[in-house]
Amino acid sequence: MLKITCPWCGPREESEFSCGGEAHIARPLDTDALTDEQWGDYLFMRKNPKGLHREQWLHSAGCRRWFNAERHTVSYAFTKFYKPGVDPQSVPNIAPGQAITGDAP
Amino acid sequence: MSGKRIASLGARLDRSKPISFQFNGRSYSGFQGDTLASALLAAGEMVLARSWKYHRPRGIITSGVEEPSALAQIESGAFTVPNAKMPEVELYQGLSAEAVNGWPHLLARLFSINRNFSALFPAGFYYKTFMWPAKAWMLYEKVIRKAGGLGAAPTEADPQRYVHQNLHCDVLVAGGGVAGLAAALAAGRSGARVVLAELGPVLGGSAHRLTGTIDGQSASDWVRAAQAELAAMPEVTVLRRSVVFGYHDHNFVTIRESLTDHLPLKNRKGFRERLWRVRAAQVILATGAHERPMVFGNNDLPGVMLSSALADYAQCYGVLVGQRTVLLTNNDTAYADALTLQRAGAQVTVVDTRAGAALSGSLAQQAQDAGVTVLRGYVPLQAQGGSQVSAVVVCQTVGKQATGEQRTLAADAVGMSGGWNPAIHLYSHSGGKAQWSQAGVCFQPGAAMPNQCSVGACNADWSLAHTLEAADGAGRNAAARAGFSTAARSYQTHEPVSEPIAEFWIAETGQPVSRRAKAFVDYQNDVGASDIELAIREGFESIEHIKRYTAMGFGTDQGKLGNINGMALAARAMGKPIDQVGTTTFRPNYLPISFGTFAGLERGELFDPARKTSPHELHVAAGALFEDVGQWKRPWYFPQGQEDMHAAVKREVLAVRNGVGMMDASTLGKIDIQGPDAAKLLNWMYTNAWLKLEVGKCRYGLMLDENGMVFDDGVTARLGENHFHMTTTTGGAARVLGWMERWVQTEWPDMQVYMTSVTDQWSTFAVVGPQSRTVVERVCKDIDLSNAAFPFMSWREGTIAGVKGRIMRISFSGEMSFEVNVPSNYGASVWKALMAAGADLNITPYGTESMHVLRAEKGYIIVGQDTDGSITPHDLGMGGMVSSTKDFLGRRSLSRSHTAGPDRKQLVGLLTQEDQLVLPEGTQLTELAQLPAPPVPMIGHVTSSYYSPTLQRSIAMAVVRSGQARMGQTIYAALADGRNVAATVCSPVFYDPQGERLHA
Repeated sequence: MLKITCPWCGPREESEFSCGGEAHIARPLDTDALTDEQWGDYLFMRKNPKGLHREQWLHSAGCRRWFNAERHTVSYAFTKFYKPGVDPQSVPNIAPGQAITGDAP
Repeated sequence: MSGKRIASLGARLDRSKPISFQFNGRSYSGFQGDTLASALLAAGEMVLARSWKYHRPRGIITSGVEEPSALAQIESGAFTVPNAKMPEVELYQGLSAEAVNGWPHLLARLFSINRNFSALFPAGFYYKTFMWPAKAWMLYEKVIRKAGGLGAAPTEADPQRYVHQNLHCDVLVAGGGVAGLAAALAAGRSGARVVLAELGPVLGGSAHRLTGTIDGQSASDWVRAAQAELAAMPEVTVLRRSVVFGYHDHNFVTIRESLTDHLPLKNRKGFRERLWRVRAAQVILATGAHERPMVFGNNDLPGVMLSSALADYAQCYGVLVGQRTVLLTNNDTAYADALTLQRAGAQVTVVDTRAGAALSGSLAQQAQDAGVTVLRGYVPLQAQGGSQVSAVVVCQTVGKQATGEQRTLAADAVGMSGGWNPAIHLYSHSGGKAQWSQAGVCFQPGAAMPNQCSVGACNADWSLAHTLEAADGAGRNAAARAGFSTAARSYQTHEPVSEPIAEFWIAETGQPVSRRAKAFVDYQNDVGASDIELAIREGFESIEHIKRYTAMGFGTDQGKLGNINGMALAARAMGKPIDQVGTTTFRPNYLPISFGTFAGLERGELFDPARKTSPHELHVAAGALFEDVGQWKRPWYFPQGQEDMHAAVKREVLAVRNGVGMMDASTLGKIDIQGPDAAKLLNWMYTNAWLKLEVGKCRYGLMLDENGMVFDDGVTARLGENHFHMTTTTGGAARVLGWMERWVQTEWPDMQVYMTSVTDQWSTFAVVGPQSRTVVERVCKDIDLSNAAFPFMSWREGTIAGVKGRIMRISFSGEMSFEVNVPSNYGASVWKALMAAGADLNITPYGTESMHVLRAEKGYIIVGQDTDGSITPHDLGMGGMVSSTKDFLGRRSLSRSHTAGPDRKQLVGLLTQEDQLVLPEGTQLTELAQLPAPPVPMIGHVTSSYYSPTLQRSIAMAVVRSGQARMGQTIYAALADGRNVAATVCSPVFYDPQGERLHA
């Protein structure tokens, strides 16, 4: 179970959230100007990367607000949590977790 | 031979507390502190099982959770536990157990024939032989499984209770051996919140088998001191009988704490098991290692056990299994076991695969000095014996080949130490990839995972000094991450000089494995070395396929004992190094966990919340039967006297059509929408126009997803310029609110609009029928209910039975209807007042079944029944509701080539030519009066179908390819009983197509 940090509420269990898929897909403004193929791309085509993925999450059993996260799809490590409308480039990365060693701290 | 108790050993026993118990119907005795296994061994019981395929006699092999053979069914009836591993079962007064594979007692001879023909039962035998006829497999399987000796699941409901508890900590330590204790001490001394979970009842792990010293004391004494120090730390929690069975993402760890299984049945109170759901900032794995058996002929004879198990039974339980013990080894630990067993009074011989003289200062030398007979440079060929072991044949090695002198060593107990497998299961659960260590001859953790480390034997660290240093450092560093610090502790240790382990998988005699005596790899599933070779001969190369073909690792021990030997033998047969054959991925759970643990308290009535409307108890009193709609309990129908559903629905429907009925519609989703952009939002959500809806009016809307498919519908009232009251389907309320919130929050954050669910705040009662106005008039004096003042599709505010509320003139039945909305606190009283007001008119409460019939007579759809996520408004014949002058969600999809294309499935009515025949919902439709052989071209299916009391005939709605162009045509419904019945396609509006009754 993932640990997810809601930008409004703080860190919570995954069971409080639902995932909304890839983030930053803007709805085309003039839908009539689109070909069927372009509209189909908007509707169906998703990146599905192996690596960092920006996705939408909803704190459904909490504040009911949507936000974005950047997550590595192999390690499941989150690198960013940010509110809608925020430029992800401006959000500092969360330091990745380190293994514990037996060496002196 | 029989096992015997030794007075001088038995550290876990309390001999002042004798315990009597039953096994296979006979009485035995043991002591407090015994396990079922140790007590049975003490009683000389060596044969405790028969193997599942060949029915060979089997005894206890291990002293822990990796036990593959000695399985028991504990207790009976509701308290029964199947497949408990005898070494795991703590003895208690009055315990009653049966060996699980006792079934073929009387048939033993029949089945033991399998033993003599084992060549006829190779890997895959059951798959190959019992394949045909397919139908008979069910029968074969039943007999095979029963003979196979697996435990029986309880047939009664479990009367015990289970609970879940969440826990957050800075450092979780899994395993309470020397490494785990040292890590917990280091973290604990800093003041951090530490949880240490130990699966057994006592701490210490393998400390009692260690010959070294820590700070001048024996490892066991050090463990006692560590335990006392931890107990004095307020922030440290030590959980015993608590197995860490799952290690999930982001250090979410699940622990099963067993609370009552070790107690006599009558003393069990409270919860049986607690599932700890732990979120740990840092995790230290100190789960130890499992000893590997050795693979040689008849290595499954009772009396052939793990070397460490023989030492454990002597040291912890004071049980000496054999007087003449031979230990087979390729590493040092068996020598420590030899010393223990010799002290217990056994005559011990160690057979070491490693040639040459023992190193000075090593355990081997200590053992030799103590008088243990040591044969170096010998490998085991096969054990001998009948129902238990009597001798073992070993062979001197010449180089790597087992071609030298053979010796037959008499033995009544044989210990195997083929090396140690670090328990990397939890590391593997967390996503870690194991790597092969040629030096340690084992799989060990590869790259460390974030916020985690492995210490001690589970990290293939066999040195006491290294282990203590690493554990201390890991404990301190883990605590430091949480902001706690403490000084390093250095431990003074003395331990014997270690001699490297030598690889040994099977004796290299030059003879094919299949020609030798059966040598087992997976005891529980009777997988032998020859089966693995067979799998490879038959073309399996991936270890995952070899496992599935041979069933290696599929027993209740999940391969803890045999899998590494199996992989090594597969590698040997393929001529590849082990790391190219690969390890299999360990997945949760580490041990079998009861369903009760996962269910916790969420059973029976607590499984799912039940939502009840305000007048629920009145419905119960009126005799209603209920239907579950999501979590809601909705009245289904209200039978009177001996009425069945058909009769009740007929009466209810006719009352609505001819007099007055009332339905509790409180479960409909209700969303309050406010803000300057509220109308704009609705304009995006619904296919029709909303900006110009007048205050005081209601409008029906269809909501589409972006694919253009209908996903909800409902009536929305405009309460004010910037205020709307939306209703949704009962099941769709949360989805619709979430859908709107998502668009507002993520796409149109500038929209000034706010939404909240008011489903529970308002009770809604539909008063329906030609006499509905009369009833409502009697309880509502401040609204002019006349058709002129209060027309269809409008709403008014007023006082209903003394309660401020709203009335909406909307209808889901086709009759004149007043939907009364009052705050839910007053729901029951208003329902009662309306029933009283209509009593002389025989006001009839009706449920969802009549509601369905009434709406189907009118051709009103139910989203999710008449639609299935592939239906557009045009397919429903509701294209008139689709605005062409604005954009809305899903609109662009309606002109996509497929969505706008020909030959779509469209909603139509169906009238069977045999008018009393009600088609089953879901019936497939064709154009063919005579059905050809399959595949038959289908043109659609029935979505709704009822007997209409109003029309006194059956009616149905269906989605049919190009249905709107087929009006008046005959199509055919293929019934499950083989009939193919004719039906006429018609409009789905069967009743009052002009809608005159709505506007009455």
